[in-house]
Amino acid sequence: MARAVFVQRCARDTPLPARTHSARAGLLHKGGGNRSKWPVTRSMSLALYILRRLLSVVPTLFGVTLISFFLTYLLPGNPALVKAGPLATPEYVAEVERRMGLDRPMWEQYGRYVSGLFRGDLGESASTGRPVLEDFLQRLPATLELTLASLILAVAIGVPLGVLAAVHRDTWVDHLGRIIGVAGVAMPTFWTGLLFIYVLFYMVGWAPAPLGRLAPDLSPPAHLTGLYVVDAALSGNWRVLGSSLAQLALPAATLAFSVMAPLARMARATMLEILQSDYITAAWAAGLPRRRVVYGDALRNALIPIVTTLGVIFGFLMAGNAVVETVFAWPGIGNYAVTALMTKDSGPIQSFVLFVAVMYVSVNLAVDLIYALVDPRIRLG
Amino acid sequence: MAVPATMAPVARRRSPARALWRRLRRNPVTLGALCVIVALLGAAALAPLIAPFDPDATDAAAALQSISWQHWLGTDIYGRDQLSRILFAARVDLFVPFAATAIALTVGSLTGAIAGYRGGILDQLVMRTVDAVLAFPALVLAMGLSAALGHSIGNLVAVLTIAQIPVYIRLIRGEMLRVREMEYAEAARSVGNPSWRIALVHLLPNCLPPLIVQATLAMGFAVLTMAALSFLGLGIRPPDSEWGEMTAEGASQMVTGEWWLFLFPGLAIMVTVLTFNLIGDGLRDFLDPRMRGVQ
Repeated sequence: MARAVFVQRCARDTPLPARTHSARAGLLHKGGGNRSKWPVTRSMSLALYILRRLLSVVPTLFGVTLISFFLTYLLPGNPALVKAGPLATPEYVAEVERRMGLDRPMWEQYGRYVSGLFRGDLGESASTGRPVLEDFLQRLPATLELTLASLILAVAIGVPLGVLAAVHRDTWVDHLGRIIGVAGVAMPTFWTGLLFIYVLFYMVGWAPAPLGRLAPDLSPPAHLTGLYVVDAALSGNWRVLGSSLAQLALPAATLAFSVMAPLARMARATMLEILQSDYITAAWAAGLPRRRVVYGDALRNALIPIVTTLGVIFGFLMAGNAVVETVFAWPGIGNYAVTALMTKDSGPIQSFVLFVAVMYVSVNLAVDLIYALVDPRIRLG
Repeated sequence: MAVPATMAPVARRRSPARALWRRLRRNPVTLGALCVIVALLGAAALAPLIAPFDPDATDAAAALQSISWQHWLGTDIYGRDQLSRILFAARVDLFVPFAATAIALTVGSLTGAIAGYRGGILDQLVMRTVDAVLAFPALVLAMGLSAALGHSIGNLVAVLTIAQIPVYIRLIRGEMLRVREMEYAEAARSVGNPSWRIALVHLLPNCLPPLIVQATLAMGFAVLTMAALSFLGLGIRPPDSEWGEMTAEGASQMVTGEWWLFLFPGLAIMVTVLTFNLIGDGLRDFLDPRMRGVQ
């Protein structure tokens, strides 16, 4: 008993080597850069840290809206011309332009854009003729389902792989992990997806046709969450559940494979570092059982830095979505955005870019706040 | 990695090139990756000489042939030789990311150095802009930009440059904040150098190692980004050949079992990216002693 208390005390008092933080700052875009300029003092409270972190999001979001506005401003083609139709007279086009506010100065258009955003007005899609927000909400569950599934898959495989690689350093597990990691980063996501389709659908026939979220002869489950897998399970519709899981498997595996590598790498590096730290040496010296030292004391402390990579992983997932949804004809917002990009449909493009950025900023904010809550070194310095 | 004591006098005399070679010999993976890069660059440069066919010559009689002695990597629906197309595509696929990385590296490190050294409003302005740009995943920003700017090679270079510049600015600024407090910076200040000179001539060279590692890894990422753009139809377009665009064309032939058309261009992307990543990792071990223990 006393031994365990001793080890836990060591675990609490020994700071991690500084590299954990620099590795984190290198991986995570947010926060890391500022810390050296305004060193976090011992007296700074958690509340102050949270407030400062929340406020730091404001200029970022302002910049984000500016960029997404300018993207559309730069897009070739006149939206009024598209809206007025091919047979419109120049006078009518001018009239439409006036109604859409396109004749106003740029800063005024930007003001209208931002005030529209606050009212939930994301503009209109020229190709579907519907408000972008409606189109978005309709497709969001598909993207959410895919993203969550691949995140779970990546964490479930990547983290244990990294941890095992660190514990069994320089054995076959470590080498396998390294090969998967190196390949996962280098393989283009669309190509991984095509390989999966070719082998598992065309050659072996295990996977269903890569076309959407359900087999074509089934109708979607009752709408509860919008995630087919969850809805089907909740309503006890086992055929739909089976089909939606089968459809989800390949795209989720593709996306997970592309983000597994950074996760496994981070898990391995963190775990190695902790295994070499003083308090683990103390635990060995105290004669604690191996299982307890490695998977109790070491792993528990390694999990925190691993959580911080999730913010970056999420960014990769959002970008990968666009590609994977295109390959698998997955009816999500990534697919919607790619179609819009091809037809230069400005409303959806702008909204997609903005949406991804806002999600990315929020996830990183959440990660930082969680980190500050669980790790006192961040706010106490 | 401790150098034995008996080596110390030798270590003082040896040139950097020999030191590099000594390390490379002990690191076969990096050495192999360097050889692959040289081969790739050679293939791209000599494409007109070594390509067995004209990459754009169609031949209806030879359409959709599988791999053979005549067409090593098969032919596409127009009967164009795929090996020749992949070789010519290497020119675009290496040049565009390289040009983008070089420009981003130069502009980014100069901006970051000045912002980091001067601090104040300028620094705040630059860093808030960087924050905003980094809020977009690189591929998403590149997608939006390439749709807005158009698909020429020059625009692709611009798109990939903008997508990676903030990383360099942030990196170099962080390094700058560290080195500007050092004694040699103080020494440079005390003899009355203008601040731009201190930042660019005295301090910047000392921030370069992590930047070079970053640039090598970014090369791989830029190749991937460009391939993804072209795959989605937002980069290089047919009839020009580019690996991602070729993969997209090959994907539509997959249904009828023509596997070679999507497989080989994707393989070319993977090998290229893999090579840059391995070199980047090797360089990091070489240049950043802090990382040596972890690998």
